[in-house]
Amino acid sequence: MAITNGNLLEVKDLRTHFETEDGIVKAVDGISFRLKRGETLGIVGESGSGKSVTNLSIIRLIPDPPGKIVSGEVIFNGADLLLLPNEAIRKIRGRRIAMIFQDPMTSLNPFIKISRQLMEMTRLHLGHSKAQAYEHAIKMLETVGIPDARARADNYPHEFSGGMRQRVMIAMALSCEPELLIADEPTTALDVTIQAQILELIKKLKHETGTSVMLITHDLGVVAGMTDHVIVMYAGKIFEQARTSELFSLPGNPYTKGLLRSVPDPTAEQGKLYQIPGLPPDVAHLKPGCPFAPRCDRVEQICHKEFPPFVQLNAEHYSLCHFARDVYADSGGTPL
Amino acid sequence: MSTTLISIRDLKVHFDLGGGGPLDKLIGNKLVRQVVKAVDGVSLDIIKGETLGLVGESGCGKSTLGRAILRLTEPTDGQVFYRDRDLAHLSSKQLREHRRHLQIIFQDPYASLNPRMTVGQIVREPLETFRLARGRAAEERVQELLETVGLSKRFIKRYPHEFSGGQRQRIGIARALAVDPDFIVADEPISALDVSIQAQIMNLLDKLRREKNLTYLFISHDLRAIRHVSDRVAVMYLGKLVEIADAKTIYNEPLMPYTKALISAVPVPDPQVEATRQRIMLEGDVPSPINPPSGCRFHTRCPYAIDKCKEVVPQLVEIKPAHFAACIRISPAQPHIEDVPPGAAPGL
Repeated sequence: MAITNGNLLEVKDLRTHFETEDGIVKAVDGISFRLKRGETLGIVGESGSGKSVTNLSIIRLIPDPPGKIVSGEVIFNGADLLLLPNEAIRKIRGRRIAMIFQDPMTSLNPFIKISRQLMEMTRLHLGHSKAQAYEHAIKMLETVGIPDARARADNYPHEFSGGMRQRVMIAMALSCEPELLIADEPTTALDVTIQAQILELIKKLKHETGTSVMLITHDLGVVAGMTDHVIVMYAGKIFEQARTSELFSLPGNPYTKGLLRSVPDPTAEQGKLYQIPGLPPDVAHLKPGCPFAPRCDRVEQICHKEFPPFVQLNAEHYSLCHFARDVYADSGGTPL
Repeated sequence: MSTTLISIRDLKVHFDLGGGGPLDKLIGNKLVRQVVKAVDGVSLDIIKGETLGLVGESGCGKSTLGRAILRLTEPTDGQVFYRDRDLAHLSSKQLREHRRHLQIIFQDPYASLNPRMTVGQIVREPLETFRLARGRAAEERVQELLETVGLSKRFIKRYPHEFSGGQRQRIGIARALAVDPDFIVADEPISALDVSIQAQIMNLLDKLRREKNLTYLFISHDLRAIRHVSDRVAVMYLGKLVEIADAKTIYNEPLMPYTKALISAVPVPDPQVEATRQRIMLEGDVPSPINPPSGCRFHTRCPYAIDKCKEVVPQLVEIKPAHFAACIRISPAQPHIEDVPPGAAPGL
């Protein structure tokens, strides 16, 4: 198998557009990034920024129509997923790329016992016999910390709590030892003490199995604790990407800076919270220039006219801004 | 000197789920009457001009408590004193008059606005209901209210679906302000909003409180937001208050084990802090409020629980000045559970 310089996944100039009555929505518009083996990549953004569409494009689950992957490449282990026939992509989904979603109740079939839903995975992808698959299902439920797994395996999804259902989803996702786990807002629907349990579980399993993880979230706190690299999305574009530690300490984009400042810091004094003015843009009707310009506190003439360049600030740090170097320098960084 | 605006005494809200009737016996259902004790004996003073944060996980009863104060949900027992009247026992006519001063903002600003009314009509309705303004005066008041919450008066003739979540929340706030209330229950007002919009709404609520001398009960599961907006914070677990203190103290020095775990579970947007943090991981889920655990309701998940915790229902005790916690394993003399000898319960 071709292993391309340690990259498990390489997305190049991906564009996914939706045709709506309102015009063409460029939900994802020309994004590129890489994910190395064993690493965790965070994708952060507000609703409508294109983070979930990115994830669905990678595994080719974009409803067509109205959606369409207009251009780009998604190189997974050396092969372009966008060129594979449907049959081949189905063998990758669930087997080599697994997903967990925000709402575990809607992702589980309410009429089928937990054990059978888990067995389906390994019977289909690994060719397990019934007995093998059942034992494997129990083993996976134990791995994700379902107490009394053997007894609970024959329960139905509604008999599990939200946190337990998310554990089942993780068990299912990991049952074929995928190389990539895509977790789309995996803890957003959960309480904070349960969120901590689930995040810890993902971390632990990632450590044990060496799976690479793409974590999609709106919560900067989750990103800070879980990821090696971060991508910040806005209006279908990557606004900034960097190593996690660098992004938080030396942001090079006004949007990232604004986001970081608008999250209340429990250790800081109270006072007026920084707020990004205005609303996220309507991606169907983007004006020329930088999509963030109407809300940006560093805006200048050029921002309203010209689309900003994607500036390299450091070895692995890029920012989409006319003034990326200045913003980075203001944060205390020394641009290349 | 601070004055109490609302005084809640031993408030209970129980929901009867039925069961245990003759028919249940016949068809083999549960033979015990099932009661959800959503709020189970809460006493709390809300001080004029403060923002009291009420925090807890889903199902802990925080929203039910907020609604019961306004009697949007009928309390089963207990009192809610406001201006020397017990709201919980007023006739519906009297209640109507008093409740005018008490308003609520909901989590889902879409579900709480009538989709068939324009923004102008929505904000104007309370003015007319309470006969506060009519005709031209009402119109001017509506414009003024929209401006106050940061909406253009151009929007008056638009419908709720034409607005974003943050804007809808502003409409909900304008409607609540229309009657010049003293007190607002803000029930998860920012949970459905994006991060950048959350900050806008928090700042707006804070500005309005200062300008209009309002008092808030700010209900949220988001501990970072609660810490930011609140003067004092009350923590709820399965229908009971377990800790109350000022916002800074409760974050820096939580005393009750549940609060400690809750605060340690909050992800901090700082990779350095996250890398070195020691989390208190709680085992298992929040138990069902239908048959909550005996004694201290947290004992099933508490890393410090001893046998006595299963029997004794802990009371809120002033462990440190103005810092109340409900835990038998700590006391004013031994406030930190880590220092308490194993098995000891100084709070008994």
